[in-house]
Amino acid sequence: MKYIDEYRDKALTDKLISSIRSLSVKDIILMEVCGGHTMAIQKFGIPSLLPPNIRLVSGPGCPVCVTSRKFIDMAVVYCRMNNVIIATFGDLIRVPGSVSSLEKEKSMGADIRVVYSPLMALEIAKQNPGKKVIFLGIGFETTSPTSAVAILKAHNQGAKNLFLLSSHKVMPPAMAALIDEGVKINGYICPGHVSAITGTQIYESIVHTYHLGCVVAGFEPVDMLQTIQMLVKQYEQGEAKVEIQYRRVVKPEGNVKAQQAMEQVFCLRDDWWRGLGVIPQSGLMLRPEYSIHDAEVMIPVDVPEPVEPKGCICGEILKGLKTPKECKIFGTACTPSDPVGTCMVSSEGACQAYYKFNRS
Amino acid sequence: MAKVSIGGTVVNACLQLLENPKAGEYILLHSGFAIERLSKKEADETLRLIKEIEDFQDEIH
Repeated sequence: MKYIDEYRDKALTDKLISSIRSLSVKDIILMEVCGGHTMAIQKFGIPSLLPPNIRLVSGPGCPVCVTSRKFIDMAVVYCRMNNVIIATFGDLIRVPGSVSSLEKEKSMGADIRVVYSPLMALEIAKQNPGKKVIFLGIGFETTSPTSAVAILKAHNQGAKNLFLLSSHKVMPPAMAALIDEGVKINGYICPGHVSAITGTQIYESIVHTYHLGCVVAGFEPVDMLQTIQMLVKQYEQGEAKVEIQYRRVVKPEGNVKAQQAMEQVFCLRDDWWRGLGVIPQSGLMLRPEYSIHDAEVMIPVDVPEPVEPKGCICGEILKGLKTPKECKIFGTACTPSDPVGTCMVSSEGACQAYYKFNRS
Repeated sequence: MAKVSIGGTVVNACLQLLENPKAGEYILLHSGFAIERLSKKEADETLRLIKEIEDFQDEIH
């Protein structure tokens, strides 16, 4: 397939591995903050190709993983209401809440529909004018513009029965919060698809405040290895700068149309991240002019503060402090078919990545 | 809306977030939206640079 096979070329990966080995002298820890990278790193066995002084750790880059249990609990309350349809991405329905999951509720008759686009939620709303359709919006800057467009269309088309329950988040405050909390890393493997939207400006403060290299990476083995080579080179030379490895998709200025859609519909608020707690100005909520589509405003529900599941160390895994293999319930009480923590539920979660590709 | 092929599977994609989309372009599809186009020029350039840097290192060794 075009620009997939070329970026899996063995001769190129061999050259990059050899280059990394010749460049890298100092111990270095690099963190990826994208669930797609977490999966790619394990799928392609990238750690096994690197010298022992280079360590890769996963950060809070999987949307399902960082989403609060309270969000699931709210969705469960909504789906039990009369005349409510829940529209959600597939990963979310299996996430355990405090008392139930959307999957369990669906099996008991709740109207929960898996969609692959927020626009499908809008279509469901238009086809069911007598019902309230609540779209569960999760994800970072890659996904939030798509929710923004769906809300704009609903607003313009008078589809007042489409609501957004937003857990959309923005990435830079979490990247800063990790370092502020004392997590020791030497560079960030920056998310490719988030950056396709935002551009690279969002990483400048990380570079300047913390003197950490930030390289925007693609998702194939050549991409991952070239990114590591670029970060190693920066670190060995005492540099910290923003670079783009994933140039075939990411432009420095990002996708301006998508940024404008986000800006028009959303404003920032404090938000809770698994492992990191509440991070100021790290979440997105609908602006007041679109609040008729805000589920929290229009259909308020009160759910108790949830308790994280016992034995689960997702919070520490999402900060790169522990690996899934250090979790006592990994692969035993917690598996992809019967997950305890969000990192095992999500197809972008570190625990599922390790379970699939690096269990032994 | 446009029809896009993902390895042979045809799905609908909203083009609202893309400037001047053209038929035949490779795009990055996310949540039913084309969120960016793939630049053939940059893709080839990245591969060329990797080959070039390594050839230079080979010469040194």
